[in-house]
Amino acid sequence: METFAALGHGVVVALQPMNLLFAFAGVMLGTAVGVLPGIGPALTVALLLPITFKLDPAGSLIMFAGIYYGGMYGGSTASILLNTPGESASIVTALEGNKMARAGRGGPALATSAIGSFVAGTIATIGLALVAPTVVDVAISFGPEDYFALMILAFTTVSAAFGSSVTRGLTSLFIGLALGLVGIDLQSGQARLSFGIPDLLDGVEVTTLAVALFAIGETLSVAAAGLRAEEVIEPVKGSVFMNREDWRRSWWPWLRGTALGFPIGAMPAGGAEIPTFLSYALEKRLCRKPDEFGNGAIEGVAGPEAANNAAAAGVLVPLLTLGLPTSATAAIMLAGFQQYGLNPGPLLFTSNPDLVWGLIASLFIANGMLLVLNLPLVGLWVRLLAIPRPWLYGGILVFATLGTLGANPSLVELGMLLIFGLLGYVLRRYDYPIAPVVVGLILGPLSEQQLRRALAISVGDPIVLFQSPIALTLYALSALALFGPLIFYLITGHRAPVGADED
Amino acid sequence: MSDPNTPSPDRSARRGADKAGFAIAFGLALLSLVVGWDAWRLSQINVYSAIGPAAFPTIIAGGLALLAVATAVEAIREGALERPRDEPVPMAWVLGGLIGQIILLPFLGFSIATGWLFAATAKGFGRGPVWAHFLAGTAMCLVIYLIFAKGLQLSLPAGPIERLF
Repeated sequence: METFAALGHGVVVALQPMNLLFAFAGVMLGTAVGVLPGIGPALTVALLLPITFKLDPAGSLIMFAGIYYGGMYGGSTASILLNTPGESASIVTALEGNKMARAGRGGPALATSAIGSFVAGTIATIGLALVAPTVVDVAISFGPEDYFALMILAFTTVSAAFGSSVTRGLTSLFIGLALGLVGIDLQSGQARLSFGIPDLLDGVEVTTLAVALFAIGETLSVAAAGLRAEEVIEPVKGSVFMNREDWRRSWWPWLRGTALGFPIGAMPAGGAEIPTFLSYALEKRLCRKPDEFGNGAIEGVAGPEAANNAAAAGVLVPLLTLGLPTSATAAIMLAGFQQYGLNPGPLLFTSNPDLVWGLIASLFIANGMLLVLNLPLVGLWVRLLAIPRPWLYGGILVFATLGTLGANPSLVELGMLLIFGLLGYVLRRYDYPIAPVVVGLILGPLSEQQLRRALAISVGDPIVLFQSPIALTLYALSALALFGPLIFYLITGHRAPVGADED
Repeated sequence: MSDPNTPSPDRSARRGADKAGFAIAFGLALLSLVVGWDAWRLSQINVYSAIGPAAFPTIIAGGLALLAVATAVEAIREGALERPRDEPVPMAWVLGGLIGQIILLPFLGFSIATGWLFAATAKGFGRGPVWAHFLAGTAMCLVIYLIFAKGLQLSLPAGPIERLF
């Protein structure tokens, strides 16, 4: 009951006119930028982060949540009409959705993904509101050694879940961890890896790294692809409304997708890609007309799209309750909290209940707004898809550098943007995942802090790290995540299916 | 971004080791040396705590060194991979745009420098002429400057044009 009282209070916060306006601005921006090919929610939030740091914290966090959800909606529009998923969680949507659009059923495909996203988003946000207080109760008793183990688990799952091999995932992670070392060590006051450059003493900004890897890296690799990447926009033909048969075939996939997406997203293993692949496989098996799969089966859009949005809400569970980002977008949202001096974690629920519950309540509102906005405005979103690519990418770079300069008007910062942009290009070119770099940069310093705190309590005895049962369980799960694919290979003789990268 | 439907890069193409893999392994080894050297430097400084500022960098340097070896081994085992050729000219335009912006920014301000970035990027994606995009980009960036610098109080570098306002 306490939860409902808190949530009710949150609704009051979220319904304040200013906050409604922020939520509205967030979903509009999120959808608009999410629709643009090649830009996902992570980049959208990263681009807008530096521009908002003078605004009210609750309002801008509500806006970020709106951008997050809006980006998910917009991404599916791009996948269906253009066959270029803006983020990896929409890859599966593109499989069937684009086939449906080519067959002149783009309208129902957009409708089932929008309504499915609404159903899944609403159920999963209820799940978030119910699960979060329980996790907070458990997390209150965590010691620094448990937090350290939790971060090791996040490291291993993020590296194993993204990218084409564990070596590649770990390489990306360690590049991020190395970048996290840059700057003044807070405990000893020593400068690390700064090479006497004053700008480096503050460390590498998460937003600079994310904008560089996602925006500049993406622009460079699309430019390098030249004429290879020509795209065809499918016009939305026919009604945007679903007929009775479409409804009948969509209901169960929505609910099954939600049931897959939320728990997997909520685990510290996280990520929205895996549940979409699982949902696609499940719907393919359960479908009464399996021959339609591959030619535009509506179940293949409804299920994965619901799974995607449910997982997106699930990812907020470890983010809000433990301060643990498990996707690139969540990592950047964490940076968003930090720029206001807020640290997500169990304490945030007691120190800033208005903000946390206002944020959760605003997710419901954002979801509703998206449903109302998306279908009638689909013509507007489609027009965004038709922006010529030279102007689109020119504009992306203008905003990327604007955001970086706005946060820190220094040429060194722009130089870092360029260097990390080249890094992002190389990572893409050679099939290395991007998300672990961002997660490594943000969690690296936090994990070092917890490690040193744990060892300071034990006066340097490392045994303390392996004594708590919680920590041991988390290490066991980490080992499973890291060696699971290998064990899978040894037992079945097949390579384990791995998720793709998020951007 | 790997599409689950397309097969992974041609595994039958085993002509010697993957050169790019070796280059990446070399880069990782170099990064490991830099981090390791910095950790060694920090370990020379006396710190009165159970675990000093050098411990974590040492672990990361070790990890990077192991990954360099693993990447090199994978490069030999997997063999050379076929990768689509990248176009150097469009990339050079985009990079030229970014570098040009850094050079122009201190002298000519946000609008002109970023206008050049816009024009060079558009050129990289095959849309000219550069001068027209430069003018349009500069005008657009001036509007952005006025909104963000005057309206949202962001401190963006000003040049001759911005000082007029």
